[in-house]
Amino acid sequence: MIPLSWYLIVAALLFCIGGYGVFARRNAVAILMGVELMLNAVNINLVAFWRYSVLLNPNPNMPFFTITSGWAWAIFVLTVAAAEAAVGLALIISVYRRRDSVIAEELDLLKN
Amino acid sequence: MTGEQFVFLAVSGLTIVAGILVVTLRNLFHAALAMMLSFLGVAGIYIMLGAGFLAAAQLLIYIGAISILIIFAIMLTRRMMQAQDTPFNSQAGAGLVTAVLSFILLVFVITRLWRNEIFDSPPEVPTAIMNQIVVQLGSDFVSPGAYVIPFIVASMLLLAALIGAVYVAWPQVEDEA
Repeated sequence: MIPLSWYLIVAALLFCIGGYGVFARRNAVAILMGVELMLNAVNINLVAFWRYSVLLNPNPNMPFFTITSGWAWAIFVLTVAAAEAAVGLALIISVYRRRDSVIAEELDLLKN
Repeated sequence: MTGEQFVFLAVSGLTIVAGILVVTLRNLFHAALAMMLSFLGVAGIYIMLGAGFLAAAQLLIYIGAISILIIFAIMLTRRMMQAQDTPFNSQAGAGLVTAVLSFILLVFVITRLWRNEIFDSPPEVPTAIMNQIVVQLGSDFVSPGAYVIPFIVASMLLLAALIGAVYVAWPQVEDEA
């Protein structure tokens, strides 16, 4: 007997923690870790809404609202997270090789 | 409090505490280990929601691949990991205020919109439907009536990310000279 709002509040808390990591950390890898926490929170929301609405209003005219819709979008979010981590870490390693630093405040090449 | 609620609180408490450790730990390697713990808690939440396939995918992709990739990046940039100064930048206080205010706003919206009695407990789904979901998902990904276009776009995105990551991280010797 777990209400839907419990899952939503846990996901909101995880999202805000990840957002704080993105705002406050100096290291670029730590910022990326905060983004991963935020994506996980979004996935919790998708799966929770799927679980509580899987039998509600099955409308065959809406192809994006099937009994698998929550899973499918969660898997797409997973795919985007994997691609984002790969490209982001490649960028960080490239920047580290050129500037010898991964502190986000010191990457001011475009300033002025 | 029922046993199910106790398990939920334990799993989500693990997720949240590990998430707080991720954004506050000074040593980045320890933060990455806490992040793996947080992903494990999210997999537990998926299992509580009846999505065992997604929990397995979470274990394989997040804990098995993304966390290992992040740990590799931390080790390749190792000197930055043990910086003696603070891990937070100058806007950490403003970031904390922003995060807390957005959490309050989200809780306000959630308790206003989604505290309906039809959402007090998950609906009883027949076992036949639950067992059919993974099969249905596989055919939905390749059927034109459902997700075939997002599926193709996602595969092109993965290919582009793979090639782009190799290109970006490739050593550029002419710039060093």
